[in-house]
Amino acid sequence: MSENDAGSPLDPDALKAAVEAARSAFDAAADLDALAAVKPAHLGDKAPIPMARRSLGQLPGPERADAGKRVNAARQEVQTAFDERRAVLVSERDDRVLREETVDVTLPWDRRPRGARHPITQLSERIADIFVAMGWEIAEGPEVEASWLNFDALNFGKDHPARTMQDTFYLGDAAQGQDSGTVLRTHTSPVQVRSLLERELPVYVACPGRTFRTDELDATHTPVFHQVEGLAVDRGLTMAHLKGTLDAFARAMFGPEAGTRMRPSYFPFTEPSAEVDLWFPQKKGGAGWVEWGGCGMVNPNVLRAAGVDPEDYSGFAFGMGIERTLMFRNGIPDMRDMVEGDIRFSTAFGV
Amino acid sequence: MRVSASWLARHIDPAALPARPEDIGEAFVRVGLEVEEIHPAPEITGPVTVARVAEIEELTEFKKPIRYCRVDFEAREDGTVRSRHVVCGASNFAVGDLVVVTEPGAVLPGGFAIAQRTTYGRVSDGMIASAKELGLGADHSGILVLPPGTAGPGDDALEVLGLAEPVIELAVTPDRGYCFAVRGLARELATALDADYTDPAGRVTVPETAADAWPVRITDTDGCARFVVRRVDGVDPAAPSPWWMQRALLSAGMRPISLIVDVTNYVMLDLGQPLHAYDASRVTGTIEIRRAAAGEKLETLDGQTRALDPDDLLITDESGPIGLAGVMGGASTEIPELATLAAGARVDVLLEAAHFAPAVIARAARRHKLPSEASRRFERVVDPALSAVAAERAAQLLVELGGGTLADGRTDEGGVPAVPPVRMSLSLPDKVAGVAYSRGATVRRLTQVGCAVDLDTGTDGHGVVIATPPTWRPDLRQAADLVEEVLRLEGYDTIPSELPAAPPGRGLAPAQLRRRAVSRALAEAGHVEVLPFPFVSDAVWDDLGLAVDDPRRRTVAVSNPLDAERARLSTTLLPGLLDMLVRNRSRGTEDLALYTIAQVVQPDAQPSAMPDPAVTARPSEQEYAAIRAALPDQPVHVGVVLAGKREPRGWWGAGRPAGWQDAVEAARLTGAAAGVELRPRRAERAPWHPGRCAELVLAGTDTVVGHAGELHPKVVETLGLPARTAAAELDLDAIPLRENLPVPRVSGFPPVAVDVALVADESVPAADLAEALTDGAGELLESVRLFDVYTGDQVGEGKRSLAFSLRLRAADRTLTSEDANTARDAAVAEATARHGAALR
Repeated sequence: MSENDAGSPLDPDALKAAVEAARSAFDAAADLDALAAVKPAHLGDKAPIPMARRSLGQLPGPERADAGKRVNAARQEVQTAFDERRAVLVSERDDRVLREETVDVTLPWDRRPRGARHPITQLSERIADIFVAMGWEIAEGPEVEASWLNFDALNFGKDHPARTMQDTFYLGDAAQGQDSGTVLRTHTSPVQVRSLLERELPVYVACPGRTFRTDELDATHTPVFHQVEGLAVDRGLTMAHLKGTLDAFARAMFGPEAGTRMRPSYFPFTEPSAEVDLWFPQKKGGAGWVEWGGCGMVNPNVLRAAGVDPEDYSGFAFGMGIERTLMFRNGIPDMRDMVEGDIRFSTAFGV
Repeated sequence: MRVSASWLARHIDPAALPARPEDIGEAFVRVGLEVEEIHPAPEITGPVTVARVAEIEELTEFKKPIRYCRVDFEAREDGTVRSRHVVCGASNFAVGDLVVVTEPGAVLPGGFAIAQRTTYGRVSDGMIASAKELGLGADHSGILVLPPGTAGPGDDALEVLGLAEPVIELAVTPDRGYCFAVRGLARELATALDADYTDPAGRVTVPETAADAWPVRITDTDGCARFVVRRVDGVDPAAPSPWWMQRALLSAGMRPISLIVDVTNYVMLDLGQPLHAYDASRVTGTIEIRRAAAGEKLETLDGQTRALDPDDLLITDESGPIGLAGVMGGASTEIPELATLAAGARVDVLLEAAHFAPAVIARAARRHKLPSEASRRFERVVDPALSAVAAERAAQLLVELGGGTLADGRTDEGGVPAVPPVRMSLSLPDKVAGVAYSRGATVRRLTQVGCAVDLDTGTDGHGVVIATPPTWRPDLRQAADLVEEVLRLEGYDTIPSELPAAPPGRGLAPAQLRRRAVSRALAEAGHVEVLPFPFVSDAVWDDLGLAVDDPRRRTVAVSNPLDAERARLSTTLLPGLLDMLVRNRSRGTEDLALYTIAQVVQPDAQPSAMPDPAVTARPSEQEYAAIRAALPDQPVHVGVVLAGKREPRGWWGAGRPAGWQDAVEAARLTGAAAGVELRPRRAERAPWHPGRCAELVLAGTDTVVGHAGELHPKVVETLGLPARTAAAELDLDAIPLRENLPVPRVSGFPPVAVDVALVADESVPAADLAEALTDGAGELLESVRLFDVYTGDQVGEGKRSLAFSLRLRAADRTLTSEDANTARDAAVAEATARHGAALR
């Protein structure tokens, strides 16, 4: 370093001082506007370091290179100091803006009321999905049904006591003594007959739907209720297949631990017939058995009435109440909640 | 059917009978008899004592007759008699009768403690007990009067009556008529327990007789297959039924009445054969079994005179009808009531034991609304082989207990119909169950149910069972019936669980997917689903303001409605929805948007006759088509009702009341979810407001699929609905299924938006103007949207200004402003041409 440098703006000390001055000026700037205001004094054309750069030309070659490096380094330092401060101030400003835009997020915005689908509809669809996933299809039929399909084709003899046990709503003007030959279907089983008459074999269908019996409405009965029935007609079907289907259905509805058992019973349209009991862990009052529905192997008379050869084909069928299933699943104590249409009940089940 | 263990033990090896009634019940369940209830043995402690009624004072000042009685117990050592005074509300006893007195300190079932108390103004020092109070049965119609000689006053009643025991109540399915008797129940239980069984019918010897007991002619052999008459002369009708028999009847839930009635009931409960006892002195001439003639009448035992139907099966004598076969006897030949007989009078009894056709009895019992213990058994089939056995058994009991003399001769007309044998492949039970049963299981089980079993070889070389069912099992008619017997007796719990592989399915049908989509769309848009009942009153059509000839008034009637006020099936969803709207409001919910998706029932004006094809084969295509054609139309409808606020008040401002717009929009949303565009068109239709009703038209057609709007103010008032209640109803089935919607070509070029304000007559619907703009603008138009409606001075009286935003775009280029102007001008020109609209 030459003595000529002493007092010159290219002097290392002078450069250092200029850098320090710039740094402290930047740091003192409280916000971006203040920073912008002090920027020209340290990075502008008239600032000490650019001025020093201009004087570089006066220096002899070797010294010039040396001093040039110093000036550049100083200039870089100032720029860095500016950038750092700016970054800090930008960040501070952004934070402040966000702070100022803070709102009360607990203010409600339920301007559009929520709707809901009835839990019976939701459960019916869930059941349909379970059977569709097993390769079954969903069959449906009318609620005002021919007695022939509701009873005769299902092997209910004309005067058999089983027919009176169904608590049927008969249709037609009683006063005029008409026998319309129609009833409000007492079960979804006529859909089984329709399926056998209309579909190609083999048939694997589940039939959810609305059914009717002359029971007064109370905590455990309703004259209008929903059932799901299953029907499989194929070659070589056995009661073991029936049991397997019931167990799969029970597990899909009530979890992997659930299961079923069969008790001998009687239905005109199945032979052998059984009641289905369901075991599930979430049962009210502790894991245990409840009556769930009826089932059996399709009576050959039913197959014959639908034109299916019972020597060649066999089948099984089962039926459960959907209200009952919902009561089990959700621990609903009173059937009336499901039929009265109080929206507070359905809304709890969402869409 | 109620049965006690001790009665079962008379026909089963008692050593094999489980001690706990729950275990007996469980064994019944295994073979298919459902346990309705187990009535536990009552717990009785303390002094319960036999007493003789010594004095009766009738207290008449109360609403019902009350007796204040002195009852005497044992004699004390000093010769005096211990006695108490008790108040009693029953009057089926007399001085001298033996009764059971629960003395102070006794505790009856249910923790009912007996103590001295004051009632009806007297001090009652205990209670005279009914059978039910002692846990001996269901009878609570009077107090229990013990047969004379059963015990002496002062005896411990619990010892005399026998240990109280539990009673098992079973539900018997309609195919098992034979289980309406202890004979059948014991047979089933013995099989379930693998215990020895003695058929009580086999214990009765039926001696050959030379002559008839009474002349009988079966004219209607279809209705009556067998008719047996046995005669016992000189029966003492006042002889008491022994306590063991009374107790048996009580345990079965029946009330002991008199020896002759009790004997017939006892034999029926034990064997299953209903019996009828005639007073022989009142029967005249040949008994004939025939159908009723038109106009015939019969006074039955209950004192009612019944007009007979030509389908009714009758027991008649020369005087005319003397009984409605299998249902109820006639008054003219009944054994007179004890009270009407002279002391010491004797009665000659004719006992009838018959086999009637189940369907005939079932129809008669229903027709005359006379379900009886007898008809309940006959309609489920009574073992025809029992007739002579049961008559003999009852006759023996009347001789033994009533001091009667068995008259010579027995009438036995008709006979036991042969039960045809059933052939079944020996391997069928295994094939049906999916189980390999042990060798011999099939033959063993069929033998257990009473079949005579032969083995044969089929044409295919495989084993065949030929089973001849017993006379009490006419329900065993086909191989499947035999299979059930084998499976249930082997136990359903041995059947494994195996999931069958269904062939690949096609998933939900398009109509099912559509219904789900509509349901979801409506719910997502804020509607809550309800499931109203379809029953309505005829009056509702007036309430809804329907014209007298409106086809919606044509309904299907329910002949046996639960509520006579609602005996019709609704042709529309609105009445049910509006009911639920009212119910929710009455419970304090005011803002309501409800929907439902359900079938409605719309009968034909001239319904065709419902065919009734045979069930032995598939109905013909014509028959099946005729069945479907005879049913009413049952399209699936979507219904929506709205009231209160559609959008609630909040910190953002006031709420928005629901109105016609929301109903129309719900209808359009339904269409959109179903994949079609529904266009509203002004319409007038009840029950809607004539100026605020839209019919929904399937775009591109003239098909109306439903209506929406505000309800008529009169309807709102009549039904008590909130003002401006709105509703929509669509026939979902009238909307064609759209599985593949046309795919639009999406252009990447920028759009140009042009706004036009058109002034037209107020009567020009906005939708029509929009349609004119659409048609006029041509293929460059991407969308047209109404964004402002103005009426007022600036446009003049009877006019309004509608402002539309047109969005234009080309598939192949960026539009120039010239392109856009040309399209706009064409659009406006079309609106002008069609509706006289002018640019504002």
